[in-house]
Amino acid sequence: MNTPFTVTLEARGVACDRGGRRLFEDLSFALAPGEALLVQGPNGTGKTSLMRQIAGLLPLAAGEISAKGAEAGTPTAELCHYVGHLNGVKTSLSVRENLTFWADYLRGDATGGDVNAALGVFGLAPIADIAAGLLSAGQKRKLALLRLFACPRPIWLLDEPSVSLDVASVERLRQAITGHREAGGIAIVSTHVPLGEAFTHTLDLHALDMAEEPAP
Amino acid sequence: MTFSLTNLANPTRFLNFAGTVIPWLAALTVLLLGVGLYQAVFVAPTDYQQGETVRIMYIHVPAAWVGMGCYAVIAIAALGTLIWRHPLADVAAKAAAPIGAAFTFVILVTGSLWGKPMWGTYWVWDARLTSLLVLFLLYLGLIALWQSIEDPGRAGRAAAILALVGAVNLPIIKFSVDWWNTLHQPASVFRTGGSTIDPALLTPLFVMGGAFLALFVLLHLIAMRAEILRRRVRVLQQTQVQQAQIAQAARA
Amino acid sequence: MKAVLALVRRDIALSFREGGAIGVALGFYLVVVAIAPFGLGPDLNLLARVAPGLLWIALLLAALLSADRIFHNDYEDGSLDVLAMGPLPLAGVAASKSLAHWVTTCVPLALLAPVLGLLLNFPIHTIPLLVLAMLAGTPAVSFIAGIGASLTLGLRRSGLLIALLVLPLYVPVLIFGVSTISAAVTDPVRLGRRFMLCAISLASMVLAPLAAAAALRTGFR
Repeated sequence: MNTPFTVTLEARGVACDRGGRRLFEDLSFALAPGEALLVQGPNGTGKTSLMRQIAGLLPLAAGEISAKGAEAGTPTAELCHYVGHLNGVKTSLSVRENLTFWADYLRGDATGGDVNAALGVFGLAPIADIAAGLLSAGQKRKLALLRLFACPRPIWLLDEPSVSLDVASVERLRQAITGHREAGGIAIVSTHVPLGEAFTHTLDLHALDMAEEPAP
Repeated sequence: MTFSLTNLANPTRFLNFAGTVIPWLAALTVLLLGVGLYQAVFVAPTDYQQGETVRIMYIHVPAAWVGMGCYAVIAIAALGTLIWRHPLADVAAKAAAPIGAAFTFVILVTGSLWGKPMWGTYWVWDARLTSLLVLFLLYLGLIALWQSIEDPGRAGRAAAILALVGAVNLPIIKFSVDWWNTLHQPASVFRTGGSTIDPALLTPLFVMGGAFLALFVLLHLIAMRAEILRRRVRVLQQTQVQQAQIAQAARA
Repeated sequence: MKAVLALVRRDIALSFREGGAIGVALGFYLVVVAIAPFGLGPDLNLLARVAPGLLWIALLLAALLSADRIFHNDYEDGSLDVLAMGPLPLAGVAASKSLAHWVTTCVPLALLAPVLGLLLNFPIHTIPLLVLAMLAGTPAVSFIAGIGASLTLGLRRSGLLIALLVLPLYVPVLIFGVSTISAAVTDPVRLGRRFMLCAISLASMVLAPLAAAAALRTGFR
């Protein structure tokens, strides 16, 4: 997080179809460096789908999502960290092996990020060499979140990041998001639990849905 | 001193017991193996038909005894796991399977080395060797099952059931393989000599049998000790993980 | 390039650690070959004649058995999402994972084949060629299995389905694999077929990851 990020993210007229149903459409927003977006809405309104669309894991039914300010030609997906419902943690590898792999893989030929420093963020350092399968749900979650620190990327997509975290860890996560924003990063977070973070933007997918309701 | 098997049921007592017994047993094994191999290689006479290759028998036959006996150990331990829920039975069975597989592998290899000069090819689908091959496959299945199930309790029960199914099946397999073999090739191909064996051959055979038995018990005790310790490490790691969690929560 | 190395290395480490997956494939190979004589009879001449085909078919089945492992675990635990966001294109991910499958499954199977050849009275002097032919042909096996694995991502009974989808695609490998070995036994001059086997493998290594990547895209939830 030493190098300040200068990436802006813009979504224009984005629509999402899941299982033949249109979840949302005509969704637009723009985020400048240091800004944070809170995505709200009841279950099934497409919070996760939106996150996955930004991450390049779901096709857009309409519209476009673009990131500016990065090295030319870098796909948006490579500027993002996505921490979703699944942790991407291998139970038979140790905590350190898990994190080292993700750092090596996500970084590719680039440099930056420090695995050992990242291990300290959530206090997993004392159990770094224990197989991740022995970890509790909350600890696995923390391990997944450590990807954010082991390999610096400007855009954080956090889908319900506080699930199975205790109060202290949620507070640590909030500090991390603040720090990331101070370094010029963008954070997009969907959560039901108030994180205490002051978001610059709020997107209510339910309200969007309601607005469309009279139309059909 | 009151010493009984129920005392050994306690894993800690078992570890102490194993610690004292293993050096003595190792010495006994080395001694018996030394004497047995010396007799087998230098003392025992050569066979007038098979020549020097008959000496393979001193490895082959005792290995067969132990390889098959080991399955019996596993089957009894399986009963212990399922019926008496003995804490060490599962450990005993799990530790025995790779050893049994190794001995059975030795039987198969020595059998085929013996077979090359006898039959002109490394492998013949002879009824006995074939049955042992099936036994080897059963061992492999047991090991694979243990490896595939992470929870030790569930792995132990599942393997115990498989071991008992195998134990019931083995005689049937043996019978059907005999039948299959005689159906296809009449008894002309291969039958081991007569039942009368010279005592000069028999003594080294029994010494080697004793040596292999001692070797098996030795390896089994070592493997059981390793398995108990492995489970303790697992428990320790789990507590370590819990403590890290508590410490982290307390720090903030 | 670093990403490819990291991914291949991790997949190899995982298959060594996770429940002895390599051992199960080897055991399966052994069982299938060992059980065939009970159906065919113990006649060594007959067994020697069918040995090349038997060894290849059993190898294909054993390799397929672990094929759903190529992507399934990464899909289940969410790793695949993160892999898709790395510097590698998705086809690169598919190729790396297929390569790891080849190293951890097909190479050990090919190395076990000579031992099983002994059970089937396979002529000993042709054993080096047997191993070479299998090493040359099995990249196609792993990379095509990768297509099947990506198509059946997250489906129930994916293992059986993969076999149904992929076994027909193995026909060329089987034909040229068997005839390479048989040619070595009967007619060592006409070994040109092994180049055919290499060609099939090379083509699969290039084309299969593209198909697998396209299939993976459809599989993302």
